[in-house]
Formats: sequence, C-alpha cells, structure tokens
Amino acid sequence: MTAAAEGTPAFGMTRARRNALLQSESVQGFALISPTFVYALILLVLPILVVLAHSFWTQHYLDIDHTFTLENYRIALTEPIYRDLLWRSLYISLTVSFFTVILAYPIAYFISFHGGRHKSLWLFLITIPFWTSYLLRVMSWKVILGYNGVLNSGLMGLGIIDEPSTALLYNSSAVIITLTHAWAAFAILPIFVSLEKVDRTLVEAATDLGDGPLRSFLRVTLPLSAPGVISAALIVMIPTVGDYVTPKLVGGKDGVMIANAIQAQFGKASNWPLGAALSVTTMLVVSLMAGATVLIIRALQRLAR
Amino acid sequence: MTAMRRLFAGGWLTAYAFLYIVFLYLPVIFLPIFSINTAPTPKFPLTGYTLKWYEDLPKTPALLDAAWNSLIVGVSASVLATLLGILAARSITRYRYPGRRTINGLIMAPLVLPEIILAISMLLVMLQLGLSLSLFTVVLGHVLICIPYSMTVLTAGFEGFDRSLEEASADLGESAFGTFRRVTLPMVAPAIISSLLVCFTISLDEFVIAFFLTGTETTLPIYIWGQLRFAAKLPGVLALGTLLLVASFVLMTVAEVLRRRAARRTQNEGGLYA
Repeated sequence: MTAAAEGTPAFGMTRARRNALLQSESVQGFALISPTFVYALILLVLPILVVLAHSFWTQHYLDIDHTFTLENYRIALTEPIYRDLLWRSLYISLTVSFFTVILAYPIAYFISFHGGRHKSLWLFLITIPFWTSYLLRVMSWKVILGYNGVLNSGLMGLGIIDEPSTALLYNSSAVIITLTHAWAAFAILPIFVSLEKVDRTLVEAATDLGDGPLRSFLRVTLPLSAPGVISAALIVMIPTVGDYVTPKLVGGKDGVMIANAIQAQFGKASNWPLGAALSVTTMLVVSLMAGATVLIIRALQRLAR
Repeated sequence: MTAMRRLFAGGWLTAYAFLYIVFLYLPVIFLPIFSINTAPTPKFPLTGYTLKWYEDLPKTPALLDAAWNSLIVGVSASVLATLLGILAARSITRYRYPGRRTINGLIMAPLVLPEIILAISMLLVMLQLGLSLSLFTVVLGHVLICIPYSMTVLTAGFEGFDRSLEEASADLGESAFGTFRRVTLPMVAPAIISSLLVCFTISLDEFVIAFFLTGTETTLPIYIWGQLRFAAKLPGVLALGTLLLVASFVLMTVAEVLRRRAARRTQNEGGLYA
C-alpha cells in the first residue's frame, strides 16, 4: 500500500537476484494471506457456488433431484408472489439508498468542510449508534411506531390526534424509515472520505473565477465527490435488498420482502432449490440496479462539469 | 460578503448536523427510558421509575444461558477473526504480489453482501458437509463477517509502520520471531486489541447469521427475537437491550481510543473510516 512497504533493494544487485527476491516476496506475502484467503474460499466462495448449483436442481420431498432445470428461475421470475416481493425489495432498497445518501451528504460535507479540529469526534458520534445491535435499533422503531407506541401516545398527549393511528407501523413506509435510520452511518463514511480528497484549491479557484458558493459546489465539489456518492449508494442498496429483520419486525403484511420468502424456503417450506434460485435472482437483479445507479450518477457527474 | 455567506451556510449545516445526531440517537434512547418505566407498555406519559425489569433479568435461566453462549461465541469469533485479520493485514500492507487486490476484495466482500445470502449459503454448505448446527457453526459464520472489520482496523494500524525498525532489529541479530514479538507486536498491539473489541461487539450484536446457523442454543439476539413475540415480555427485553447497548457503547469507545493511539504511534490517520 505504501511505498515503504515495498522495501528498497540495494543498488548494484543483479537483475536475476532482484527477481528472485521479488519472487520470494510474492511467495511470502501469499503464504501469509493464504489462511484468511482459504477461509474466505471455504465459507464464502464455495457456499455461493453451492447455492448456484442448488438453484438448478429440484426438491423431491427429502431428496434433491440433481437434474439440471431452470424451473426454479421460472417460478422466481413469474410467480406473482415472488415477483411482487422482488419488486418491493428493489423499490425499498432504492428508496432507502436515495434517502440515506441525500440525508447523509450534508453531514459528510459539514464534517469535512466545517468540522475543523473535531472531525474525528463528529465521525465517532455518528458511527456509535451504528455499532449498537441492529436488532435493537429495529426494535426501537417498533416501540416508536407501534399502536400503543411512543409516537401515537405522544401525539395523543399533545392533542394532535384523538385515537392511535394504525398507519404508522406494519407497512413499507415503516420499513423504509427504519432502514434509512439503520444505514445512515454507512452512507456518511464513503461520502466523507471522497470529500476529504477534494482539492480545496479547486474550490477556491472556482470562487476566484466568479462562481458563487452554490455554483462552485455544484460544479466542483459535488462532481468530485461522486465516487463517494456511488459507493455510499451501493453499500446501502445491496445489503438492504436482502434485509430480513426489519420487514419481519415492522413490515407487517405490506412490508414483507424477498428475504422473508427466502427464509421460508429454507425453513417451513423446505424447498432449498427454490430458495437458492430466489437468492441468486435477487443478487442478479440488485447488481443490475446497482450498475444502472452507477451509470446514472456518472452521467450526472459529466453533465455537471 | 462571501465570508458572511459561508458562515451562514455553515450555520444551517451545523443546525442540520445537530438535528441529524438527534435523529440517529433518539430511537435508541427510548429503550433505556422505557426500561426504567413502571408501565409494561412503552408509551407516554411515563408512569414512574423502577428497576424491577432489571432485577428480573438474572432470575431467567434461559437468558443467562444465552448470555453465556454469546460470550463464548464472541470471544472465539473475535480471537479467530483477529488472528486471520493479522495475517491478511500484514500480508497486504507489507508484501506485493500478483492477485493481492483480488484476494483483498474477496476477503472484504462479506461487508457488502446481504446477510441473508451469506447465512443461507453457509447453511447449505454446512448441512451438506454434515456439520450439525451448533454454537461452533455460529462462530464460523461470525468469523467470516468479522474479518473485514478486523482487516480495516489492522491495515490502518500496520500501514505507515516504519519497516526500518524491523530491519534494524534483524540487523542487530534478532530472529524473525523475536523481531515480531519485540518490535512489531508492541507497535501494533493497540490495533490488535481494537480489532478484538470491534469483532466481539459485532458478534455480540449479530442476529441473522446466528439465527440461521445455530442449532438449539441461543445467543442474546436470538433470545431477544424469541421474546419479542410476547408483548408482556417487552419491558424485560428493553432492559436487556439497554444493557447490550451500554456494552456495545463502552466496547466501541475503548476500541476507538485504542485505534487512535495506534494511528498516532504509526503516525497515520484514517482507519475505520477509510
């Protein structure tokens, strides 16, 4: 990573010896990382390949028929229930990543440009809630939005509503609010990192050349921070599409997402191949959506310049 | 004029930043508030102060079992993940070899994949391999998701590490292991402890992977999940949740302090956020 890590081969060394040295460097480096690498191969790559294989097989009661078939994918893509769940999951994850990025950008900007000496304190304050249990944060939204919850009782206490509203909990909006809150820190960090890399002299140059603060922000800072916006959007979008806890706790019937259907196939329904096909389909579709998001943000970035 | 306008913009931003912090913390703060409230349902107005929900906690054997299991899983997962993280971070920061970036990307991938996908794919492999689901399989899963965090903390600690110190030690006759123990380790110790704490916190709070990969044993989040079905159990869950929140908060604060110390030692900023 750093130049120092490369070492400094002595001058006057022959090319052959230097090659031998480099080679031994490679061997040493590879040997050192291999336990971790093998671990990831066995518990990440192999499992994903196994899921992929299962998605082409069929469940026969307790056995699995290993004949190749695309039937699971036909079901995953055409059965209305799975199609709807997939669409809803995509819609929710897209909305959540949009809101987290929009809400997070000013914070990242504030810390980077106005944070002064307290930058790391601000970052720390913002990341701390993220380190608390995800389950507990979702649970606290259930407490807030519930029929007998904080918001309803609070609003009734203030005389704004007469009876508890049922519209707060158990729908996709509740899922979106909860997820936006849960992933906030994840969006701030990449944007902050890319804002830190923005060359401040460029912003000054734009101001000197007559751009107002808004214009110089739109034409210099914002386009230069696009990589951070992209990674923030992706880092929220991809994991949230497969969220299991939030829809289960605050989603109700209208907020069920694809992960709940996947879980059912591995649990009660006990149809592993279909569950595998649903997982693969979800990953493929969210990757497409992520790709499209990257292209759109890049296009906007070019337009701004 | 511009300066004034800038200050004005900064003022709005500051206000927004404070509001945002409130948005981040407010939901979490309701857990401790209602955990010391006498009414069994979490609603306003508050009815009175009590510690009875906390007093009931140690009287629940299932909860104590879950806490013990969480401790075992957390310690095992954080030690294993940190060991694997040390090897990988050392390799990434010190050596250059083909495929380094790809391998690094693969090791970091669990960070950006949906947990449900990780959980069901590991579940399938474990069942195929004939492993019976237990706390051991939960540890295996937690190690996988902890390694990326451990790597982030440790690469920041190892980077910018002055290699000439190690060379000097070797030149002065210290063996490779001796150099590692007497020069490298003391320099990176804060980063290692920070990694252990971060991994322990993640494992302690992790639900989805534990839920899928455990057999009959429960960890604390799984125990909480089970209790959520019963409205009457909510105050106890809130009390337990509050304790978990405090534990995470303390662990992460210590980890952050250590991480900063590590960064100062190797004169390198960035770290967890980079």
